[in-house]
Amino acid sequence: MIFGHFLKQGLASRYVQVAVLILLAVAVMVPVLNLAVPPGNPFHLPDHWVPLLGKYLCYAMLALALDLVWGFCGILSLGHAAFFALGGYAMGMYLMRQIGSRGVYGNPVLPDFMVFLNYKELPWFWYGFDNFWFAALMVVAVPSLLAFVFGWLAFRSRVAGVYLSIITQAMTYALLLAFFRNDMGFGGNNGLTDFKEIIGFDVSAGSTRLGLFVATALFLIASLVIISSVVASKYGKILVAVRDAEPRTRFIGYRPENVKLFAFVLSAAIAGIAGALYVPQVGIINPGEFAPANSIEVVVWTAVGGRGTLVGPILGAILVNAGKSWFTGVLPEFWLFALGGLFIFVTLFLPKGILGLIGQVKASARARREKRAAEQQVLAE
Amino acid sequence: MTHEIVHRPYPRGRNRNSPRTRAVAIEGRCGEGRRVQALMAAFCAFLVFLFLMFANAAHADEASVRAIISKFADAEGFSQVEKVIDELAATGDPLAVRTLNALNDGKLQVKRGGTVYIEENGKFLDPITGEPVDGADTSGLDKVKIKNSLRRTISAALSGMTLMAKDPAIRSQAASTIFDSSDASQLEALEKALAAETVPSIREQMEEAKASIQLFNSNDPAEVSTALGTIKARGNRAALALLSKYAASADGELKEQADAAISSVEETLSMWEAGQNVWYGISLGSVLFLAAIGLAITFGVMGVINMAHGEMVMLGAYTTFVVQELIRTSAPGLFEYSLLIALPMAFLVAGGVGLLMERSIIRFLYGRPLETLLATWGVSLILQQAVRTIFGPTNREVGNPDWMSGAFTLGEMSLTWNRVWIVCFSLAMFVALQFVLKKTYFGLQMRAVTQNRRMASSMAIRTPWVDAMTFALGSGIAGLAGVALSQIDNVSPNLGQSYIIDSFMVVVFGGVGNLWGTLIGAFTLGIANKFLEPYAGAVLGKILVLVFIILFIQRRPRGLFAQKGRAVEA
Repeated sequence: MIFGHFLKQGLASRYVQVAVLILLAVAVMVPVLNLAVPPGNPFHLPDHWVPLLGKYLCYAMLALALDLVWGFCGILSLGHAAFFALGGYAMGMYLMRQIGSRGVYGNPVLPDFMVFLNYKELPWFWYGFDNFWFAALMVVAVPSLLAFVFGWLAFRSRVAGVYLSIITQAMTYALLLAFFRNDMGFGGNNGLTDFKEIIGFDVSAGSTRLGLFVATALFLIASLVIISSVVASKYGKILVAVRDAEPRTRFIGYRPENVKLFAFVLSAAIAGIAGALYVPQVGIINPGEFAPANSIEVVVWTAVGGRGTLVGPILGAILVNAGKSWFTGVLPEFWLFALGGLFIFVTLFLPKGILGLIGQVKASARARREKRAAEQQVLAE
Repeated sequence: MTHEIVHRPYPRGRNRNSPRTRAVAIEGRCGEGRRVQALMAAFCAFLVFLFLMFANAAHADEASVRAIISKFADAEGFSQVEKVIDELAATGDPLAVRTLNALNDGKLQVKRGGTVYIEENGKFLDPITGEPVDGADTSGLDKVKIKNSLRRTISAALSGMTLMAKDPAIRSQAASTIFDSSDASQLEALEKALAAETVPSIREQMEEAKASIQLFNSNDPAEVSTALGTIKARGNRAALALLSKYAASADGELKEQADAAISSVEETLSMWEAGQNVWYGISLGSVLFLAAIGLAITFGVMGVINMAHGEMVMLGAYTTFVVQELIRTSAPGLFEYSLLIALPMAFLVAGGVGLLMERSIIRFLYGRPLETLLATWGVSLILQQAVRTIFGPTNREVGNPDWMSGAFTLGEMSLTWNRVWIVCFSLAMFVALQFVLKKTYFGLQMRAVTQNRRMASSMAIRTPWVDAMTFALGSGIAGLAGVALSQIDNVSPNLGQSYIIDSFMVVVFGGVGNLWGTLIGAFTLGIANKFLEPYAGAVLGKILVLVFIILFIQRRPRGLFAQKGRAVEA
């Protein structure tokens, strides 16, 4: 009953409906094109494309998470990649424990890098990561907890605007420095890698990769519906009110800090899941993921697709990353020119992104149509 | 190219009361309005002090000393040898000291035709450098014979070259050599020099050297006790070594006294260490300040965080590189002035790019600070890649002029010249900017726009023009910072990236109300960082500082020196 209401609310928007249908089609078509269509056929999808597309969908999920806080709540987080990377590390720790005695040093408990760094026993924060359920819990819990503590502090003391952006950046920068340290127990600058299997399946096998891809697509659809439903609810209206006129919302009697905090924590949890899905597909997680530049790039994807449209960021993330893959293959020197130019172009000429442009075109077409109808009415009279 | 580190001995005795510390004390007493003047005075005084440090007497060069030494080979009889010794003494050059010592010990071997070696343990050494000579021609060598009257001449010549030398730096050096060696045979010469010495600081050093000799050679407990006191007063590492050595062999009351002296010296040393840390902190703070000050200005006036600010610093550094390349190829003589030439160039280049950016992008985005942040990030990517394409991805070599290289010691602290100059430069920049903001018409307009843009506009201030000029000024200052930072950091396309986050931290910590916020913010963060480093390690120290800033922003969401008034929320 509640679930049905939730689903109905989430799928109310035409854009979301279309996006969900397309994503479902992709989730079905990618395995079909990869397995059923023989190699050599022009419609065959090569094996190496599967994790690449999976990676794009993870990024899309991250951009979607950012859109919830930036597009609907006005919090420009320049540290969202931190939540993504924390989810990734939680998953990476599980995958490390799964290696067991197959590592280079053959230690059944300690991962290779710990043997290398002369650890005698497993640090306490690695306990439990041999169970998938525990790791899955941590994937959501760790980013959420960080977002909760950070957001609770920041929103309560009404840090906003540019100042908030800068301290989110400080947060991810501090985490970057921390994870680069060898004695943190997370593998230092090499990060976690050399994974063998996930819940009993070989990580590098084609079928596992397809499975991960489909899982990513389904998680993306689920997050889209959840966020879309949250945004369409009464809470979503308050969220937008906080974005547009925070003092006024406060005077009416709402507590903007709590409203913001919920959105921030939900967004961090989704970012964490995206990171967890990302790690087994790319096969490595290292502190570079915390780099402030990464978080800013997420903001570009969101801005390109259309801030505050939910579907736009998904589109933006996929387009920009596909562009990046193409550029780095063909014209590696020009990728930064293109990305920088895109940034400037979008902020100057497409303040609402690609989806916003479609909306604008539609609106002006409707206006023209109405005008013409009105003129004809005048003529008829 | 490489530069050798030159040690410039610092005349002791001025340490405790350098013009700089005195000026800081003055600043503490002054009221708000006089701070700028006090700082300016401090800066001038400091410049004079730096100039004095350069004053250093020239010596006769090595070749002429070598020529005189070679005369030993053809000297016949004692009287001619004595003449050569007198000639060497007349140069007063300490390069001859090794030869004279060898002569005194009967180790000087010569052959007709100008060949002179020092023979030591069967090896033949160069008379000046003391390095073993490869393929020395050892056939037909003769020892230079001397007698007691000659020994007196030699010892007089030696002390004349060292303890009685004209150059105070050499006398000071000689005294500290004796201090370290506690060589009793030097006592006589030392006492003679002491009687003639007029410079108080060198007198003090000689007294200490005498105390060092007495400590190990005197049988009079009272004399040893005074010596202990004198050495304790010196309070440096050499003193600590002497005292420990003495304490190991002493007993009874004197040992107690020595132990007390050791702990007192250790205390002094830990104070110096703290001083050194403060200096490192000030040095880091000055770098942070340089990187952040331009950002603070643009942020203060326009509420815009310019993500391309780091790239303006990078442009300044690359301008320095280009200027130096041009100088190397066309006018090598100007190399010493390359930085002075680079300063205005860097200001123009970075300021020009900033102006272009403001006119073509930022002015369309006013009132949307977050979007501006993104667009400027795009500009920073383009500038980085442009520099990478033009100059290549690797580090570029920017040379230090002579006056920027080397180091000197201040008490127990070692200061490098480039850091000292950068601290001076950052303070000069602060004073200059305060002047622009407080005393010029443009500064008045800028402050008006910062405080209330609409009211300023109503008062016929062209706010778009002020914005453009402010942005150009902020960027130009970043360019100047780039010139300074090119001296201590790698000049690479990533130069800006490494400073941008730190400068954000300084700006949000200091607040944008006025430049004092940036100054105090930068130096606080710099010193805090350097004090945390020994306990927590460099990386953890930095993380702690970041966490501290995040928490600090919770208490004061708009930094230390928050802007006040109605315009703040806009």
